[in-house]
Amino acid sequence: MDVVIWSRIQFAMTAAYHWLFVPLTLGLAFVMAVMETIYVVKKDDFWKKTAKFWMKLFAVNFAVGIATGIILEFEFGTNWSNYSWFVGDMFGAPLAIEGILAFFMEATFFAVMFFGWEKVSKKFHLASTWLTGIGATISAYWILVANGWMQNPVGTTFNPETVRSEMASATAFWEVISNPVAVSKFFHSVTSGWLTGGIFVVGVSSWYLLRGRQKRFAKSSIIVGGLVGLLGCACVMLSGDSSGVHAAEFQPMKLAAAEGLEDGGRGAAFTIVPGIRVPKMLSFLATHDFNGYVPGINDILRGYTDNDGNVIPSVAEKMQRGRTALDALAAYRSTEDPAAKAAARAVLDANVQYMGYGHLEKPEDVVPPVGIVFWAFRFMVGLGMLLGLVLLLSLFFAWKDRLANMRWLMWAAVICIPLVYICGQCGWIVAEVGRQPWTIQGLLPVNVAISSLSAGAVRTTFFVFLAVFALFLAIEIRIMLGAIRKGPDVEPENA
Amino acid sequence: MSYTFLQNYWWVLIALLGGLLVALMFVQGANLHLGNRKLNDTQKRMILNATGRKWELTFTTLVTFGGAFFASFPLFYSTSFGGAYWVWVLLLITFVFQAVSYEFQNKKENLLGVKAFRIALMVNGLLAPFLVGTAVGTFFTGSDFTVDKLAIADPSSPVISTWGNGWHGLEALLQYHAVLLGVTLMILAAILGSLFIIQNVDDERCSFWAHGSVKTLSVPFLAFFLCWAVILLLRPGYAVSDAGVVSLEKFKYLHNLLQMPVVLVMLLAGVVLVLLGIWKGGFSQSRKGFWFAAPGTVLVVMSVFFLAGFNGTAYYPSCTDFQSSLTIRNSSSSYFTLKVMSWVSLLIPFVVAYIAYAWHAMDRKKITSDEIEGPGDKY
Repeated sequence: MDVVIWSRIQFAMTAAYHWLFVPLTLGLAFVMAVMETIYVVKKDDFWKKTAKFWMKLFAVNFAVGIATGIILEFEFGTNWSNYSWFVGDMFGAPLAIEGILAFFMEATFFAVMFFGWEKVSKKFHLASTWLTGIGATISAYWILVANGWMQNPVGTTFNPETVRSEMASATAFWEVISNPVAVSKFFHSVTSGWLTGGIFVVGVSSWYLLRGRQKRFAKSSIIVGGLVGLLGCACVMLSGDSSGVHAAEFQPMKLAAAEGLEDGGRGAAFTIVPGIRVPKMLSFLATHDFNGYVPGINDILRGYTDNDGNVIPSVAEKMQRGRTALDALAAYRSTEDPAAKAAARAVLDANVQYMGYGHLEKPEDVVPPVGIVFWAFRFMVGLGMLLGLVLLLSLFFAWKDRLANMRWLMWAAVICIPLVYICGQCGWIVAEVGRQPWTIQGLLPVNVAISSLSAGAVRTTFFVFLAVFALFLAIEIRIMLGAIRKGPDVEPENA
Repeated sequence: MSYTFLQNYWWVLIALLGGLLVALMFVQGANLHLGNRKLNDTQKRMILNATGRKWELTFTTLVTFGGAFFASFPLFYSTSFGGAYWVWVLLLITFVFQAVSYEFQNKKENLLGVKAFRIALMVNGLLAPFLVGTAVGTFFTGSDFTVDKLAIADPSSPVISTWGNGWHGLEALLQYHAVLLGVTLMILAAILGSLFIIQNVDDERCSFWAHGSVKTLSVPFLAFFLCWAVILLLRPGYAVSDAGVVSLEKFKYLHNLLQMPVVLVMLLAGVVLVLLGIWKGGFSQSRKGFWFAAPGTVLVVMSVFFLAGFNGTAYYPSCTDFQSSLTIRNSSSSYFTLKVMSWVSLLIPFVVAYIAYAWHAMDRKKITSDEIEGPGDKY
């Protein structure tokens, strides 16, 4: 395997590991903050101890999230050198802002939250707990601005003098940070974190109830966690809907792959699983119109006319024009003659929007691995609905104080803990595998985004990171299980 | 605001972040005391908990330093990170272990035992400042890379920045001048760490050993630092003409120092503060040495960055192909990006203010053995 594949595997692995820890951070932060707020308002020590228990688990998880996060940031440079130059002008800014605005907030107030119980006032402590979660959420916003831009690169133009995409104007940055793809991704990802936090809290609490332990703690946690999780679940569904519309608009190939849609058309049917289809549903989900046109994989390869009447050229033509653009770039940069420069510039400008396609070898390169994306999408949606249902039922019966008789439901909640992680991973597989081969949609394919390294070097670091992450994950799970087994310090056991 | 102003402004911010990063490496340095057999477990945990309340600041500063460098000088990010691959990967791995070690070390479920994670913290304590120092050292020695922006139009080898050798950064270990800076930083971090322990930990034995180590390390620190500085001022440097042409100039960094008196004053003030800190920590019973040495470190590191980048100097020179060298002008982001980020940077004082407030609130009470042996939260 070549360096492109190893770089992709390494980045995918780092990102997937990172996303094992981030959603719980986002969700638990919210749950803990609500619990501590109840403590400060009601002045009942029970809530302080309850919040502290979840904080203990939060802290273990937080550390590994940080460890995997720093590698992701640096991998943009170490493994995607061309990418870093080609889009660094736009892409670096959100990362820098994330550091300045979000990470310092998280880091500073995490220390106060964790160690400050006896050192600062109650209110300062409560503020610190909220600020830790708010910092994490702001950081998610900025990194998803960066990611959203990779999916829908707005606000930049190609500059042949510097050979990169550059911020087009002072106002372009507003386009970047209000990019609809980024905004819906932010809501989708953060609220999926709330769902994860909710499921985690409800699942762990259900386990206590199954063992007949910590009844008050478990019931209270199920109510707070269940509410946070359900709120997250509802927002995930809403933002998922707009994600679908955005995919149709900006990344039709991703949508076609997620649907396994070879040939599209008007009034396209939605495939629930192969063989079971809902007529016209895909058109409605993608365009909010039952007769909207949705292109399939072959339509995109051959070229088509979209819903606004725009003629989209075939991939072969885009590749041809992309190569023309690359040749014009080479001509532009290798001459000093003003007339020749101007002529090359004119050709470049006329074709630059397809320059990324000039790097492809054959039209089929624009098709992502359909099977993976198709099934990941179905697992994500199916599991998401199941998780919502379990949360709803757990919350309802906990509220009615009838959960104790429903052992199956409590077991279901426990089983949902691994499922919510699978669900989240599937979501990112749809988002990231679905946009292959592009690091930046339409601008830069993976094979030109790399660093000049040997495959062996990247393979070595891949296995080192894999071993390190596997070790960390094993330890984290052991520590968490140990802490859960020991239980919170709220009431004498068997109470 | 002109483009040149914005580029210079961001170089100042990068220098500031670099300075803060090195000063905050007191965390790394202090953790070296975890290997002291004369300290009992409670005392080691006092040190661990003193740095444990601060390590994330150092870590976040590293992340922000990386992010800000990426955003303002992306060609450095793509050239150095993708080229000197092994140096950065090694640095990352030590930090990754650091990030989990605090949380993991004292848990019985940690698979590897208490010792392993404390050793990981000490390895980070030695390697992190050493690698950062050596990497910054190559700002003056130069590295083996070429930059060809047209490569992206060539499908057979599209990478713009390519490293000239298969060692991918490890060859810097043979550049004695860069290594001198690495060792200097390693010792400086250890000194800052000891000064922090003296300031932050309420334990006679910890303080005794910390005072002692400042005293012991002061001589090698001065020796390595002076060696590095003298060689720097005597060596030729990579000068950039107004037209952007890079050439070697004899005594370039000495010229820079003399032609930029502000930098000279900063450097001298920084050195005096560091020496005062060392004096207070190593040769008196004062607990306040840290508050002299840490700001002094920031000033010295900033002036080093200024020497490397300002006054028509290539800050990341290529010794293979001079014209590939990176300068503040040819490696920066576009005017609009720098401008937008400059607006964001106005929030930095606010960030510094809340960090200072939280630091003050958490450190009003020093770390005591009661806190470590008591029931509260700790590592």
